[in-house]
Amino acid sequence: MPAILETRALTAFYGDFQAIFGVNITVEKGEVIALIGSNGAGKSTFLKTVAGLLRAPARQVLYQGEPIGGMPAARIVSKGIALVPEGRRLFTSLSVEENLLVGGYCSRPGRWNLQTVYELFPVLKERRRDPATTLSGGQQQMVAIGRALMSNPDLLMCDELSLGLAPVIVREIYAALEQIVADGLSAILVEQDVQLARRVSSRFYCLQEGRVSLSGVSVDADDEAITRAYFGVAS
Amino acid sequence: MNSIVNIVIQGVLLGALYALFAMGQSLMYGVMRLTNIAHGDFIVLMVFILFALTNQGHVPLWAAIPLLLLIAFGAGYAMQHALLDRVSGRDPLPSLVVTFGLSVVIQNVLQEVFSADPRALATNGFESMSLSLPGGIAIGLLPLLTLAVTLAATLALQWLFGCTSLGRAFRATSDDREIVQLIGVLPRRTFALATSIAFVLIALAGALYSMRTAVSPSDGPGLLLYAFEAVVIGGMGSFWGTFAGGVVLGMAQQFGFFFDPGWGIWFGHLLFLAVLAVRPQGIFPKTA
Repeated sequence: MPAILETRALTAFYGDFQAIFGVNITVEKGEVIALIGSNGAGKSTFLKTVAGLLRAPARQVLYQGEPIGGMPAARIVSKGIALVPEGRRLFTSLSVEENLLVGGYCSRPGRWNLQTVYELFPVLKERRRDPATTLSGGQQQMVAIGRALMSNPDLLMCDELSLGLAPVIVREIYAALEQIVADGLSAILVEQDVQLARRVSSRFYCLQEGRVSLSGVSVDADDEAITRAYFGVAS
Repeated sequence: MNSIVNIVIQGVLLGALYALFAMGQSLMYGVMRLTNIAHGDFIVLMVFILFALTNQGHVPLWAAIPLLLLIAFGAGYAMQHALLDRVSGRDPLPSLVVTFGLSVVIQNVLQEVFSADPRALATNGFESMSLSLPGGIAIGLLPLLTLAVTLAATLALQWLFGCTSLGRAFRATSDDREIVQLIGVLPRRTFALATSIAFVLIALAGALYSMRTAVSPSDGPGLLLYAFEAVVIGGMGSFWGTFAGGVVLGMAQQFGFFFDPGWGIWFGHLLFLAVLAVRPQGIFPKTA
């Protein structure tokens, strides 16, 4: 059975600027992968390329064995890959509920709908009529996660869920995430907080300047090796 | 007293036409943030397509109008897909320049093909039929029909934007063109659909306008002005606001006409300037 996602020597460019140089990452079905690395290492670029916002040669991205590189983002969602974008990026003129509903635009069948998202994040139900921008940062992150879930993905990609949030809120969000992946949903988590990332994932990849500098099983990883792979310093 | 009632009634009826002129403009601005300088010329273009269908093509009017709406839908889709898409971005200037150019092209092509003569649509006297109310007030059937169409269009748009999946996609695309792709929306298709709907509204406005008065190929910029004034007075981005803006503009003009036949249009412009000075966000500012 093919992996749910496999990238083969993936490259990505912003115009003439190359941001990713031959990255091989594999996510098995039901697996949660952490993608760590410093700013500018290419983590967000990797997610954007898989999601179809950046172009790549078809065979560099395989989704359940099917080449999807360079496919329009709108088609990739309907195949079952959802991205929670960095900085949440909610639709500002839509209410909380409308943000969630619009997330179900391509309506794949599955466990997630308005009701199950509200069960996961009860606070969103109380505020469902409010404009999404009036919510706190943590609540906005919940809306962003809910919006992605509404498409009922098989692979959920989250870009820095903890960005700009208080530690207590981050714990709450990650507790919800554990519930989300509990029934076998595959996920890729981009995270700056290495300890947090290792705790929720089974394996990790560390990116540095657009290349994989270290990968392994999250619980076994050596802190010193990660530090080296993360910052690229010789020790 | 009677004359005030009459001014209000006639103002609402006239304003409904202006609101219908403005509805397509309001929609295109609301979804694509695009100000269409050729808006009035597209209304005139639709009028002349209708003339061509009924006069040259001998299509009866009851069939020609639905046909015109279909043509408008297709034309809007093609226009957005082939041309306006390239200029609808963060910078408003390219779209202003392109639609200004379209305005010049449309006027000249129409003059070339149809000559500069004004012409009106024959409706077998429907345009002069009216209901008489007590107190000597007469309500024209055509203006009443226009009001009904405008109300229906406003309700339909408000429902489309507020309560449907497509409407949410329109608004989301307007908010963030990149992120909507992540939820399965194709921005180019969404924009083309929005322009199609705007063009159907333009065609409706054109058909009703050409029944009321004679139209010449160079009338477009004048119509654009009324549409623009209605949108600004009502407040950008809300269809009921646009409706109210048209009605207020119509009433101001009727009020002016009451004092002096030469003052009507002028009163409308005065009100527009007053709104810009005192309440530049419009009377009902709200994003749909």
